[in-house]
Amino acid sequence: MTDPRRDMISPAVAAERVATGLAARRNREKRFQLYGRIAIGIALAFLVTLFVSIFSKGIPGFFQHYVTLEVTLDREKLDPTGDFSVQSLYDGDARGVIRAALYEATGASGRSGRKAAGKLISQGAEQRLRKAVLADPSILDTTQTMTFAVDDDVDSFLRGFIKRETPEKDRRINDKAIGYIDTLVEKGLISFKFSDYLVFGSASRNAEMAGIFGALIGSILTLAVCLVLSFPIGVATAVYLEEFAPKNRITEIIEININNLAAVPSVVFGILGLAIFIGVFGMPRSIPLIGGVVLALMTLPTIIISSRAAIRAVPPSIRDAALGVGASRVQTMLHHVVPLAMPGMLTGTIIGMAQALGETAPLLMIGMVAFIVDVPGSVTDPGTVLPVQIFMWADFAERMFILKTSAAIMVLLAFLIVMNAAAIFIRKKLERRW
Amino acid sequence: MNSFSLAIAVLLISSGYFFLGTRALTANRAAGARLHSLPHYYGLFAGLMAALPALALLTVLAIGDDIVFNQLALGFVPDAVKAGETYKEVIVLAQISNVVNGINFGEQPDWVYEAAEAWAGWQATSTTLKTITALALSLLGGLFAYRMLNPSFRSRNAVERILMTVLAASSAIAILTTVGIVFSVIFESLRFFALVPVSEFLFGLTWNPQFEGAERAGSGQMGLATYGSVPLFAGTLLISVVALSVSVPVGLFSAIYLSEYASPRVRAVVKPLMELLAGVPTVVYGFFAALTVAPFIRSTGMSLGLDVASESALAAGLVMGIMIIPFVSSLSDDVINAVPQALRDAAYGLGSTRSETVRQVVLPAALPGIVAAILLAVSRAVGETMIVVMAAGLAANLSLNPLDAVTTVTSQIVTILVGDQEFESAKTLSAFALALTLIVITLGLNFIALQVVKKYREQYD
Repeated sequence: MTDPRRDMISPAVAAERVATGLAARRNREKRFQLYGRIAIGIALAFLVTLFVSIFSKGIPGFFQHYVTLEVTLDREKLDPTGDFSVQSLYDGDARGVIRAALYEATGASGRSGRKAAGKLISQGAEQRLRKAVLADPSILDTTQTMTFAVDDDVDSFLRGFIKRETPEKDRRINDKAIGYIDTLVEKGLISFKFSDYLVFGSASRNAEMAGIFGALIGSILTLAVCLVLSFPIGVATAVYLEEFAPKNRITEIIEININNLAAVPSVVFGILGLAIFIGVFGMPRSIPLIGGVVLALMTLPTIIISSRAAIRAVPPSIRDAALGVGASRVQTMLHHVVPLAMPGMLTGTIIGMAQALGETAPLLMIGMVAFIVDVPGSVTDPGTVLPVQIFMWADFAERMFILKTSAAIMVLLAFLIVMNAAAIFIRKKLERRW
Repeated sequence: MNSFSLAIAVLLISSGYFFLGTRALTANRAAGARLHSLPHYYGLFAGLMAALPALALLTVLAIGDDIVFNQLALGFVPDAVKAGETYKEVIVLAQISNVVNGINFGEQPDWVYEAAEAWAGWQATSTTLKTITALALSLLGGLFAYRMLNPSFRSRNAVERILMTVLAASSAIAILTTVGIVFSVIFESLRFFALVPVSEFLFGLTWNPQFEGAERAGSGQMGLATYGSVPLFAGTLLISVVALSVSVPVGLFSAIYLSEYASPRVRAVVKPLMELLAGVPTVVYGFFAALTVAPFIRSTGMSLGLDVASESALAAGLVMGIMIIPFVSSLSDDVINAVPQALRDAAYGLGSTRSETVRQVVLPAALPGIVAAILLAVSRAVGETMIVVMAAGLAANLSLNPLDAVTTVTSQIVTILVGDQEFESAKTLSAFALALTLIVITLGLNFIALQVVKKYREQYD
């Protein structure tokens, strides 16, 4: 008989063998940990790059250059008919009045000089002037100090995007205009202020006049439609599936369906909206109502899935207690289960709404990409939404639009962060754990 | 009255019935009658009976009237116009509805004005009809229910039955959505495949949709348009591969680090930060890709002497990869955490280091779940739209070089369907065929992923 212990190694030998490999193994361990740290570092670096690149452009986008002028508000010129009708004001020569003030301030003379000086100011200035006169007719025939936005090319020059050193034929403003800008700067008439156009302006091809107000209202209307439809339907579906649905084939099909809908790319929901609501039902394009319905269908799976989880988290003892004191199943659900599951349902709904707020592709398909200047007053007025506005602005090459796009993105992100913070707050503070 | 104010009126009527019903039964109870249910259930029953049928009718009428009007209006179109080459129902209807709404572009033929006048008449009739039927149905429904009320009526049971029907109907909406998606895509796709053979669509190597000469089947003219979708799928694949080669290693390693190594404090900070990446809207990523990443890659490539397209697949793929990182990491985190602690303890007990445990025990055990997570990430990448629309360009090149410009299925769908389109042309219809294949692919990937997860779950239960 051979010694059974012959193939075994002594503890000392074993310790020695382990020790020889130990350094390499420890190195490998360190390297592996390093990979993990690098991966997290890369992910966070991407996050920082993204935010820095948006914020570095977006923060200046909240401001723009304005010029302060002494405007002589000649009644004859501004209100030729003399009846203060909008028509009369539009017939009047607001542009001439502003230009006269501008020539005065810059000292521009001659045909080419006046042409160059006239281009310094935004086209929106006339509108501002008319509004000011309409709001307070007593300022007519007086000289007022008024502030107008400068043209976006002038703004780009003042920000240094258009360089003085560039040959005249290659830049968008000529030497004469630069001379006038210098005069204005010397006189201290140029100011760099918070851009009221960005917040209160609507879609415009002129970068300096473009604003997000219309899109913001459109987003709010669309989201309101989405919430009104998806929250009740989502909660009702979740309640039905969790509490009442018989376990049969149909219920199973509904469940599979909801999971599949959650995986369908959002652009497909746009096709649904286009083909069914616009194609079959003949509803108009570009309206927040359809946008809201499409987004509601898209967010339903999110709301249903999180609401079901919230309902499942309510302990059965609560139901048993309610049923035990004689409540019906519906009463148990309405009086106990739904109120207790409500924070979880709300969290899911807010997260779904945040998704809907950032969604672009399906809304492009149903025509919310149209160029609409008017602010939508109801859900059936044509409108656009914030992400689509960002998409449209991103196509414009002007430097100022890039800044304004980034500023609009910051507004959108701010809304999303507030909504997600609200969801976290509700989850942390109101949700009960059993 | 318009539909909205009608709905308000119906709700007012039904709340009136609610108060009447509740008060009547409260009075009954006060008089000593034994009620089957609490008084407000009687009121609710009357109110619901006044509201629900009327609101349902109102919805159907509001959606249905335009469809009926369209059909009626087409009756005004002279046969000579219908026989014309350029006849399009959509355009004719738009002409008529423009006149109805007072938007007039130039002189229209007489029959358009006739149709518009008739249309305005129908609208008036329909509004009157809607007002009368909705209000009558509401009043009568409520009255009928109110007459049924007596102390022995089982109103709670009745209300609960109604409520249950409403709940079941809500859950049917999910099915209706799916049916809607399937119908909207399938019908148009079938029409597309009647114009362009399936084999050309699936295996053709050139994608060049054009409006001119698109109606080849009708005119017998072989147009310039070709609908071979291979370049689009190749482009989608290329961008997805780039995206996954960023997101899978980064996502997976971060998940491993966060679940196996990181202290709870680090985890509590890093995990929400990474999830922030998932909350950023895709249009923001698209802007970032087009304005920051693409020029950066292009200038870097140029300085290395490489020929980089300004809308390279690399830029779009890279940014899409960033977007998917949290998706991969949180799904992998879940499956890694689901690996039983006993397996780890056993490996530690045998003297393995942490990394050896992860590599030889945890990862193999979590592999099916990780594969499923990656499949879901692929399905996300394939369906992603805004990034590729903004950063990937429209040139349908058949190329596997990530520095070239390629286009994808989703970006073609968007470009074809955004704005005004002729509904009948092969170009428009091709978008529906693309959408159909897109749905099949994403749902297929999802199905496989769920199957893998299901199988994996059974192991440790």
